Amino acid sequence: MQHNNTKQNMGWRKIKEIIAHTLMRITGVILVGVLMIILLFVIIKGIGAINWEFLSQFPRDEMTKGGIFPCIVGTFYLTIGAIILALPLGVATAIYLSEYAREGRLVRIIRLGVSNLAGVPSVVFGLFGLSLFVVTFKFGVSILAGSLTLGFLILPVIIRASEEALLSVPHSYREASLALGATKWQTIYKIVLPNALSGILTGSILSIGRAAGETAPIMFTAAVFMTFRMPDSILRPVMALPYHIYVLATAGTHIEETRPLQYGTALVLIMLVLGVNSLAIILRNRLRKRNR
Amino acid sequence: MEEKSEKVKIYSRDLSVYYGNFRALKDINMEVYQNQVTALIGPSGCGKSTYIRSFNRMNDIIPNARVEGELVLDGENIYGEGVDVVAVRRRIGMVFQKSNPFPKSVFDNIAYGLKINGFPRNEIADRVEGSLKGAALWDEVKDRLQDSALMLSGGQQQRLCIARALAIQPEILLMDEPASALDPIATQKIEELIEQLKEQYTIVIVTHNMQQAARVSDYTAFFYLGELIEFGRTTKIFTNPDKKMTDEYITGRFG
Repeated sequence: MQHNNTKQNMGWRKIKEIIAHTLMRITGVILVGVLMIILLFVIIKGIGAINWEFLSQFPRDEMTKGGIFPCIVGTFYLTIGAIILALPLGVATAIYLSEYAREGRLVRIIRLGVSNLAGVPSVVFGLFGLSLFVVTFKFGVSILAGSLTLGFLILPVIIRASEEALLSVPHSYREASLALGATKWQTIYKIVLPNALSGILTGSILSIGRAAGETAPIMFTAAVFMTFRMPDSILRPVMALPYHIYVLATAGTHIEETRPLQYGTALVLIMLVLGVNSLAIILRNRLRKRNR
Repeated sequence: MEEKSEKVKIYSRDLSVYYGNFRALKDINMEVYQNQVTALIGPSGCGKSTYIRSFNRMNDIIPNARVEGELVLDGENIYGEGVDVVAVRRRIGMVFQKSNPFPKSVFDNIAYGLKINGFPRNEIADRVEGSLKGAALWDEVKDRLQDSALMLSGGQQQRLCIARALAIQPEILLMDEPASALDPIATQKIEELIEQLKEQYTIVIVTHNMQQAARVSDYTAFFYLGELIEFGRTTKIFTNPDKKMTDEYITGRFG
């Protein structure tokens, strides 16, 4: 006999509803909570080290004093270099995949390649960069080698985000453009790309954050323990924020003494990444509003 | 076929369209007369949209679509070897069932077609105004040219799409169920517009609404399951058709 809507059943369904709702809420709270904890931890331990000297000076006295200025600049160069490589290449690949390619073997292989590339561990990227750029191409440990390695690391992220953004542009816009006598490229350049811009930018800026924080790829290819001068060409090695943390905390000569500086460096790095990500979100929201 | 004084603007000869293995259109032979309104009617899936889209080769963008036969515009087969698709589309404008203005301002929507087709920059503003007037939309938007086109009502958006298509001065205007998503008042405005436009353009309109076909068109073509069942003057088709199937469709026995 069917008793689907007895009072008992209704009551039980409502309870299940409330449980599910609460569990979801708790998950959200946990997530924000963990982020807050990490942030607070680093802020409390590191804020003491932050001052103008820290941000603008080279390290001295075996890194127990001074600042991390070269690390900030080094991370900056490496990240810019990575984006210069990955953004045009990534967007072009995404345009090819979404606008030109016909479904078939080649496209499937490319897509497979992109997702596999995304899964390669970053230390493997480092080894790849070392043997190809540093040794075989003879770039040496340099900004160039590091940027290329980081660039390939973030390439799949940019391709995915860009492709998604392009595919989300309504097909009706393309049809309208073609019916007016536009060529395919005109349609892509003047209608599709501008509308996909917010998604592409978001993906790119999030990749910047990723590139800035990666340690393994740059350990082998660009970063060094110490430089005494700012690099004068892209074939020079650099210091970098994530590598500096590692160096101070494990390989340096005054591990305990420099602890506050390690947290200070970590704080600068986190603030950099958070700042860049917030920029991404603001930009994306602005662009979305403009297109509504 | 009918009055010899009327010039044929575009005609199809044994035109067939396949989507993969599915034959959507079967050997269509039909003429479209200049400065007349030709309506394509028929139940869903009969191929009328496929037919109208083959006029400006919009079926080309569908991945496994294939066309056989000829479609001759002013004596030239637009499916021939080495034909420039872009040049063909420049001469044939299209308005879609669901209006699709670009997410740009009213002005830029119309300027887009002018710019990509190389109209001189200093003429653009005048031409935008001219085509908005031609689409009976100017008075409603003349103070709002920089506003986003997406803020307009459904009927206004559709008239904007008409203006956009007319701005580049096509010879033929294709309308694929232009009023099906509009309320009766907006529909009436579109129908009045069609009446005015045919003095300058050749118009082909697909419609689900038979009364509309009877109201606006000079010639009507009845399609069913990919075949052209009957073609003739609208008055004849609706009062005294030759084929029994036409009669049954018109009187609503099926559809």
